[in-house]
Amino acid sequence: MPPARKRKIRLIVALSAAVLLACALVVTSLGASSEAVTPSDLATARAGVAYQLTGKVQAGSVRATDSGVDFRVRDRNGTTTVPVTYSGAVPDPFRDGREVIVTVRKQRDTFVGEPNSLITKCPSKFTEDATRRS
Amino acid sequence: MATVGRALLILALAVAAYGIFASIYGARSGRPDWVVSGRRAVYAIAALVTGAFAILEVAFLRSDFTFATVAAHSSTTTPTFYRAAAAWSSQEGSLLLWLWLLSLWASLVLFLTRRTLRRVAPYATAVLLGFAAFFTGLLVFLETPFGLSAVVPLEGNGLNPLLRHPSMTIHPPMLYSGYTLFAIPFAFAVGALITRQVGAADWIRSTRRFALAAWFFLGIGILLGARWSYAELGWGGYWAWDPVENASLLPWLTGTAFLHSLMLQEKRGMLKIWNVSLVLATGILAVLGTFLVRSGILDSIHAFGASTLGVPFVILIGLLVASSIGLVVWRREALRSENKLDSPLSREAIFLANNLVLVAMAFIVFWGTFWPLIAEAITGTRRALGPPWFDRYTVPLAIVLVLLSGIGPVIAWRRATPSNARRNFLVPGLVALGAGALLAAFGAADKPLALAMFVCGAFVVGSVGQEFWRGVGVRRAMTGQGPLGALVSLVARNRRRYGGYLVHVGMAVLFIGVAASTAFNAARDIRMAPGQSVRVGGYDFTYVKPTSAISTTSSGELEKISFGAVVDVRRDGTKITTLRPERGYFPSLDGEGLGAIGRFFEGEATSEIGLKAGMRRDLWTAMTPDIRGLLPTIREGDRVFKAAGGKLSPEVQARALGAALTGLVNRYVTDPPPATFRIITSPLVTWIWLGAIVVFIGALIAMWPGGDAARRRVRAGYAARVAQDLAREDLARV
Repeated sequence: MPPARKRKIRLIVALSAAVLLACALVVTSLGASSEAVTPSDLATARAGVAYQLTGKVQAGSVRATDSGVDFRVRDRNGTTTVPVTYSGAVPDPFRDGREVIVTVRKQRDTFVGEPNSLITKCPSKFTEDATRRS
Repeated sequence: MATVGRALLILALAVAAYGIFASIYGARSGRPDWVVSGRRAVYAIAALVTGAFAILEVAFLRSDFTFATVAAHSSTTTPTFYRAAAAWSSQEGSLLLWLWLLSLWASLVLFLTRRTLRRVAPYATAVLLGFAAFFTGLLVFLETPFGLSAVVPLEGNGLNPLLRHPSMTIHPPMLYSGYTLFAIPFAFAVGALITRQVGAADWIRSTRRFALAAWFFLGIGILLGARWSYAELGWGGYWAWDPVENASLLPWLTGTAFLHSLMLQEKRGMLKIWNVSLVLATGILAVLGTFLVRSGILDSIHAFGASTLGVPFVILIGLLVASSIGLVVWRREALRSENKLDSPLSREAIFLANNLVLVAMAFIVFWGTFWPLIAEAITGTRRALGPPWFDRYTVPLAIVLVLLSGIGPVIAWRRATPSNARRNFLVPGLVALGAGALLAAFGAADKPLALAMFVCGAFVVGSVGQEFWRGVGVRRAMTGQGPLGALVSLVARNRRRYGGYLVHVGMAVLFIGVAASTAFNAARDIRMAPGQSVRVGGYDFTYVKPTSAISTTSSGELEKISFGAVVDVRRDGTKITTLRPERGYFPSLDGEGLGAIGRFFEGEATSEIGLKAGMRRDLWTAMTPDIRGLLPTIREGDRVFKAAGGKLSPEVQARALGAALTGLVNRYVTDPPPATFRIITSPLVTWIWLGAIVVFIGALIAMWPGGDAARRRVRAGYAARVAQDLAREDLARV
């Protein structure tokens, strides 16, 4: 077989394999991923479905409970909030106003966080400083 | 001084623009004086940025709150050691650190290569200056570290307590050193492609040490981040597959790949397209890592919030990707391999397989990291992948990678014959099988993936151990040295090879630690009152009694209130250790309306973990006290202090506050509320840190300038003198 033809066949095989792998990866990723949402997206949330909720902890909403903590998450740049019930220890940086990411499922009127899924934005990364600049 | 700092940055930007022009003009016109001038522009930028960085550091050390960034990220109560590091906890300070490190490393490499790579270096200089101009531009136009406070506050916000950890002070400089050092092979690869010098391995040889240094520093940065997470963040993990963590891993993986495949190009002239593509991809991924932290494009716990830096970074990355692809396609003919793979059973084939696995891992991590954006493009909805998805793909790949790192050192170059395969693989194979059988008998068979990692790790230790054993034997036979002397001289004579072997062993140990601590850990969140116990991983944890304390700074100011616990750990009735986890409450500086006592419970709270680390198992605990019972007392205290506001002198107010807080902490001990404990027993976590230390020792040995380089320099100097003498004789004859 001429080398040029051999190279072409090799390229086609490699590209086909890459396309197949990419398709498989898309399918498995879609199956394994949860929808990333903000509080306002959760107005139409379905019970039992996992959502990755992102937003800020509503000021004054954090209430310690016997099993963990109840709080509300609001849109990063909005006012819509949703209640979250979380069991277990919360990360150190967790407090009012912090950005959080938590995997939740709707149960009646609240959203229940999956254990160990609550993460709070690293506090080193503030951009909105209290101090104004000239 | 802020004006001076800003002026230095503007000057650096002008010098960078001049340097780019001088380097390219010098290279195109064949004017070495312009090339030299371009190189000196890099030195000048290093000096200017050093000046700017020094001004910022001094401002932080002096708590000069006229600088807005100092007021936002430091305070007079921040310990001096952490005040110096607070400079890079801000967006603008960390960008300046990036630029400073880039200018220093670029100056070093251009100084070392000033007499070599004459055709490639000017273009590399222009690329490095391009990076410098980009970051200087960001600092001048978008995120200046020299902005002034509109109203100079008496006290700053302070460095976040969570960042007051030694790992966090070193972590960013290490990470940024890695990122900026990866810009160097990138720049030289671009230069080599433009000048068509891709065949000559000189640019690889000259920049290989910098690539290794990049890998080394980035690796240390990643490990320090993991260690901080484990020891400080109160969740007990060391890796969470967060986008920003992943972004640092990506260039490290592709960098590991090209450090291996460059050897094939050096030795056999193979994989040139692959190598140059990996070098370029690694440089781009290093910029991508910086971009991900700053753009807010992906939801990450570590990313800076929404900023104005996203668009410039997207333009830069787009430009880098397009020009890299264009250059590789343009020079594809010159990049053809000089040799082909002789056999799939050869060291070349193992290197290639190792590269494929590393690139596959990088691709998986990239895919998972950017999946929210990919999913949005496909389905219109953002979706996110969690750690189980990453583990599903990366764990099997990591097992194969460890196995290959054991095969690589012992398999023959070009073609392995049955006899040399038998000779080289018998001992490591037996070690691996023996370890596997032993561990399976002790219950590891329940976790097949972990067992596979243990077996592969044992194989690596066996194969590398065999190489050292044989090498020492040969040295002893040749020189008559003792075993230790022979070992030292063996490593000293071939640092790159034996340093690399140590890196393999360290990685195997590290992966064994990861596999064991992931597969066999036991964790539990439990609410306990004093006297209660819980069994986790076969250990009994008893909450014996509460503790409390008030900490003051060196200047005598109240720093934090700590509520803690004494936790007794027993196994089968025998006392193992006592753990003392704590929760520290730092006062909030956020609002005016907070009470004198209440502000301690509205600010940052950090966990001081209770940890008993061991070679076999770590016993880890963090606690969060339920302070709801204390809130009425705190509110009452706040009301009293508010009512007395202005009527008491500051000294009396401070004494009264001290007495109130003392009463509060005493009450916590005498009438302790329950607390939520996170308790983890995790085997072999210490192996991760020990493995990393071995990796870095091996990398240092491999990087250290060896006898070979010195000999090459002597030979090159001698050749130059001979050439000069011959030229003089020719001239005399003429």
